[in-house]
Formats: sequence, structure tokens, C-alpha cells
Amino acid sequence: MSPFLFWVFALMTLIFGAAVVVNRNPVASALSLVVSFLGLAALFMSLDAFFVGIIQVLVYAGAVMVLFLFIIMLLNLQAEERRRINWLAAAGGIGVAVILLVQICFVIGDFQAAQQTFPPLAGSTDDVWNIGALLFRNYNLPFQIVGVLVLVATVGVVLLSKREPR
Amino acid sequence: MDFAFVVTSLLKIVGILVVILTMVSYAVYAERRVSAFIQDRLGPNRVGPAGLFQPIADMFKLLLKEDFTPRSANTFYYWLAPCLAVMPAIITIAVVPFGSTLFGVPMVIADVNVGILFVFAIASLGVYGIVIGGWASNSKYPFLGGIRSSAQMLSYELSLGLAVIPVFLLVGNLRLTSVVRYQIEHGWFIAPFVGDWTNPWKWLLAIPMIISFLVFMIAIFAETNRLPFDLPEAEQELAGGYNIEYSSMKFALYFLGEYAAMITGSAVIVTLFLGGWHFPGIPDGSHGWIFGLINIAVFFAKVAALIFIFMWVRWTLPRFRYDQLMRLGWLFFFEIALVNIFLVAAILPYTSRL
Amino acid sequence: MAITVPRPKLNWRERSYLPAIVAGLAITFKHFKNMLLGRTKVTMQYPEQKWDSSLPDHYRGAPALVQDEDGRVRCVACQLCEFICPPRAIKIIPGEIPSADRFAKVEKYPEAFDIDMIRCIFCGMCEEVCPEQAIFLRKDYAITGFTRADMVHHKEKLLEIGGVMHGVVLKWNEKK
Repeated sequence: MSPFLFWVFALMTLIFGAAVVVNRNPVASALSLVVSFLGLAALFMSLDAFFVGIIQVLVYAGAVMVLFLFIIMLLNLQAEERRRINWLAAAGGIGVAVILLVQICFVIGDFQAAQQTFPPLAGSTDDVWNIGALLFRNYNLPFQIVGVLVLVATVGVVLLSKREPR
Repeated sequence: MDFAFVVTSLLKIVGILVVILTMVSYAVYAERRVSAFIQDRLGPNRVGPAGLFQPIADMFKLLLKEDFTPRSANTFYYWLAPCLAVMPAIITIAVVPFGSTLFGVPMVIADVNVGILFVFAIASLGVYGIVIGGWASNSKYPFLGGIRSSAQMLSYELSLGLAVIPVFLLVGNLRLTSVVRYQIEHGWFIAPFVGDWTNPWKWLLAIPMIISFLVFMIAIFAETNRLPFDLPEAEQELAGGYNIEYSSMKFALYFLGEYAAMITGSAVIVTLFLGGWHFPGIPDGSHGWIFGLINIAVFFAKVAALIFIFMWVRWTLPRFRYDQLMRLGWLFFFEIALVNIFLVAAILPYTSRL
Repeated sequence: MAITVPRPKLNWRERSYLPAIVAGLAITFKHFKNMLLGRTKVTMQYPEQKWDSSLPDHYRGAPALVQDEDGRVRCVACQLCEFICPPRAIKIIPGEIPSADRFAKVEKYPEAFDIDMIRCIFCGMCEEVCPEQAIFLRKDYAITGFTRADMVHHKEKLLEIGGVMHGVVLKWNEKK
């Protein structure tokens, strides 16, 4: 992975991330988010984390955002586009973002592990296998608990949506 | 990254692109002929011998038509959508091994270790072309088509993903080349005639594999918007659905995308369940380049046979109603695929012992 | 009154729809196979194969003007056909036959005789009404043109289609 490609994808992620906020049209925002996710997935892959990158595309860009679009398209878009910008809120949001950025810079500057350069990964690591082994061997119990939690949430959603309107 | 790798990769990409695009144009021709034959008609038989130059005539017709953009459409997305419809369908073929080796070069463009996930990830992006096309046209019927497409895609992606898990339980690897290699050693998943094929456990294992195969194939039908699941374009209800407002080359791109998706879908099915480029008795490419070519031919012959099945089903079955489609996806195929995983997992420990 | 259509009770085999699907696939495949083996009768391949030889005598194709044995246009420009024509496709401009002419006693001839084939409905009323047996519906049916003007049959075209007709009415002979 050349630094050139890193910059291309990093800029892609950032620019389209900003476009999500700046765009007045909700559909355009959602699509910008998809492109941003794709850039993020490419960055993951540049770190040889193919599994995480692909799951990023599959789950977020492929499924979650399709659901988002589905919902957004059913809303009344004109109302959102006509709304006037609340400059105070915008300034506040930018302020929070800047503070967060500064904080991250400070933390990374002080953090020991962030300053050393890691050696490149050995030849061909099978990251799918590694993740599977880690999840099902070392962290089996937390994994199962998370699974049960998701199941409970699913059942709850079904129950809520099934309730007869009075 | 050495020079030879770059050159062979480029050659493979160009080669497979040419083959896929040719197959797309002839799939359109084949569709028209097959539909005609099923309905006791002749179909296009005028341009060239038996109408074989019809795709070229179609191409010129579509290129020369007026490229019309409705005034109320959202122009940028209106132009973007057809490209989004074609791209994923063609990218998917990158990870599918379409042959063994030719002059020592493996016949797969990118042998990534997340092969099948890559296929699903890119295929799931295919829905954007339809949804955005339907939305950007700013018209009723395309919009309904886009809405239907997004819901349909979500419901069938789940059974699609669950249906292949049994395959990877056996192979133990997400690489598509490993799937083919496993099938060469142990026989095709739905018909294990290779190796110790008298082993009864293997045949027991073939039963859930056939269920998997059927669920996966039906999900691919839904994923590629083919009848009986072509609700996004439903000619009789939506008058063509998401592509009503499109004309000329933009419409052609949608058409191309649909058929390219069908071809890559067939290629994935062939790779996962029908032994990929393997055919009993034909050695792989390491025994001479002629066998390498035969392997590629075998692969594309299998794909063509599956495409015929796609068309055959299309001209036989009526379209599902929208609620039937949803019920089928969520309450039927999802459960079958889930139970199937447990079935395979239960059989699996006994097979390895033998 | 609303009628409730009783839904048939399906057993589990029918409810799975699989036998029906397989049967349907078998039917379509049978049609495909028969077509491939050339057992199916298919439609006529039009420009190469035509009905022309088996058209019935009463076939009503393009209307045409006919000439008699002497090469005279039988039409006397009485304009009855123009009057009767339901879609008003016929337009006739009558001309006077000079007294020196052999057929001077006929008095009139069509100077222009136009039939707009876009309007013509091939009803045959012109043929029926003609007192001179001058206009007939012939067996031409492939009437094409690139413009609307092309589709108007002028006198020359009508005579070309019509040809010479040996009719039974010979009232304009010199002998009479």
C-alpha cells in the first residue's frame, strides 16, 4: 500500500464525511456516507484487515444504508431542504468537532504506543481465521452474551411492531 | 509487485471483461430466442444467420436513440444511477476463479481470502443503482420500483448469506479457489461423484447441500431482480419500474447491469456448488495449456447452462406479489437456511471420521 | 350483493407449490424442445413467404382504376365514389373530353384521381357504387410510403395497379 493511496482514501473518507453534514438533501447525505464508508473500508484493507473492510462494506454500505435510504425516501424531502440554517447551532457543532480533534491530537501525542512504528505483518495472515479463533476461543463467553443481547433486542422489536393498535 | 503479475492481471481483466460483455449481449439475444421458443414463436432471426448479429443491431439502435433527461429529474443522480447499476455486477467476477491455470498463471483476477464476503459486499451495492435511479427520476412508478428493490434486497441478502455457510463449514476457508479445490478432491457439493463416492455420509451431506443450493439460487433470482422476483421493474404493475424515465445508452446500461448480474450470479453458483471449472476426467491446466483452455470452457459452459435455467424459470413462473415475496424471504428461506446450517454441522463430525 | 368466492382447501403438497412449479417447468421445456426439433408449426415468414397465391377472390385490397380494351380509362368522373367514400379518401377533378376525340360522347374523364391510402378503409363501396365498372379493389395489400404524400395514389399509380379490364358494360362503343 503506497502512501499515495492512503491519502486518496483518507481524503475521500473525510471529504464525503463532511459532505454528509453539509448536504441539504438527505438522500445526497446518505450517499455521501456510503462513499465515506467505502473509503474507510479501503483504509482497513490497506492495513491487511480484509475481513473488517469487507464487513464494513457489506453491513454498513450494503445493508444499513439501504435501510436508511428506504426510510429517507419515504420522508418529505422538500421540508428539510427549505429549512433555514441555524448558524448558532452550526457554530456550536463545529466547535465541538474542533475540540474533539484537539483532544485526539493531544492523546496521540502523549500515547507511547502511538509513536512507535509497528513491524509489517508476516507474509499472509488469514485474518478471517484469526478473528474467528479469537472470538470463539479467547472471548467465547462475551461473544455469546452479545449474541443473546442481540436476540433479545430482535424479539423486543418484533413484539413492539406486532402490537395491535388500540 | 513484479512486472509479470501486472501484465497477466491486466490481460485477465481485459479478457474477462470482453467475455462478460459479449456474454451479456448474447444473453439478451438468447433470452429473446428462448422466450420465443417457449411461446412457440421464432424470435429475432433476421440480422445475420439465425439472427446472430441481433446484439450488434440492438447496440446501434440504443446508441443512436435520443438521450432524454426529464426536466424534473435530479440530473446528477439521474446520470450516476445507471453506472452504479453496472459496476457492482462486473466487479464481482474479480474473485471468481473461472479456470485452473493457463501457462502457470492462475485464472482468477484477485484470489482474496474473504472471497465470498467480497461477492456479497459488492452485490449488495448493486441495489443503489436501482434505488437512486428510481428516486432521481422523480416519477411515481420508478420511485415505487426503487422502494421495492431496497426492501427486497435486504430480505434476500440474509438467506443468501446463510445458504452458503454450510459450504464454508466444509471447506473451512472463505477463499473461492479453496472451494473449487475442495470440490475437486471431494466431488461437487450437490453431486459428489469424485473420490470415495460410495461413502454414504457424503451422500447424506449432499442433501443439505442441495437445499443450500436451491435457497442460494432462489436468493440469487431475487438479488438479480429476475422473474419470479422482478418486482422493481414489474412491467404489468409499474410499467417497467425504475427504468421508465431512462432512454438510450442509460437504459442500455441498466439492461447490461441486469444481465451482467445474472452472469456473475451464475458464476458464483457454479463456483460454490457445481465444482467451478472442474469436470470429472479433465485434468487441470498444469498438464498443458490445452487443458487450461478446456477448463475455462467448462466453466463458461456451466454458467451458460445456469443462464438457460434463469430464462426457463422466467418464462414459466408468474410474478410473486409483494407481501408473498417478503413472507417467502423472511419466514421461509431464512428458516430453511438456518436449520440447514445445523443439519450440516450435525452431519459434519461423522464424515471426517470416515 | 357481494359474492364470496370459496377458496379451495389445499393440502400440504399443493400449498408448497413445488409440484405445480415442476409441472410448469416441464410444460415450457416441452415447448422449447419441440421448437428446437422443428415439430412446432410457426408463423409464416412474411417477406419470403406470402399469402398471395391463396388469397380468396373476394379479397379487398387496394382500389384501382381500370382501362377498357381500347386503352380508355373507364372512369367517367361521375364522382359517385367520391360521394360514397366513408372516409373521404377519393378526390376527383373532372376534365372535359374534346369533341374531336374518339370518345367525345363520354364527355368527361378524370383529370386527376387521387386516393389517399392512409384514409382508405378498403370497404369496397366505391367498387359497388361505380356505374361504369371502372374502379375495383385489387389484391395489393402492402401499401407503404415514407411520407404522407407517398401514400396518396395518383391516377397513374391507380391505372398501373388496375390494368386492363374486359368488362361487361360496353356502352361507349362507337357502334352504340
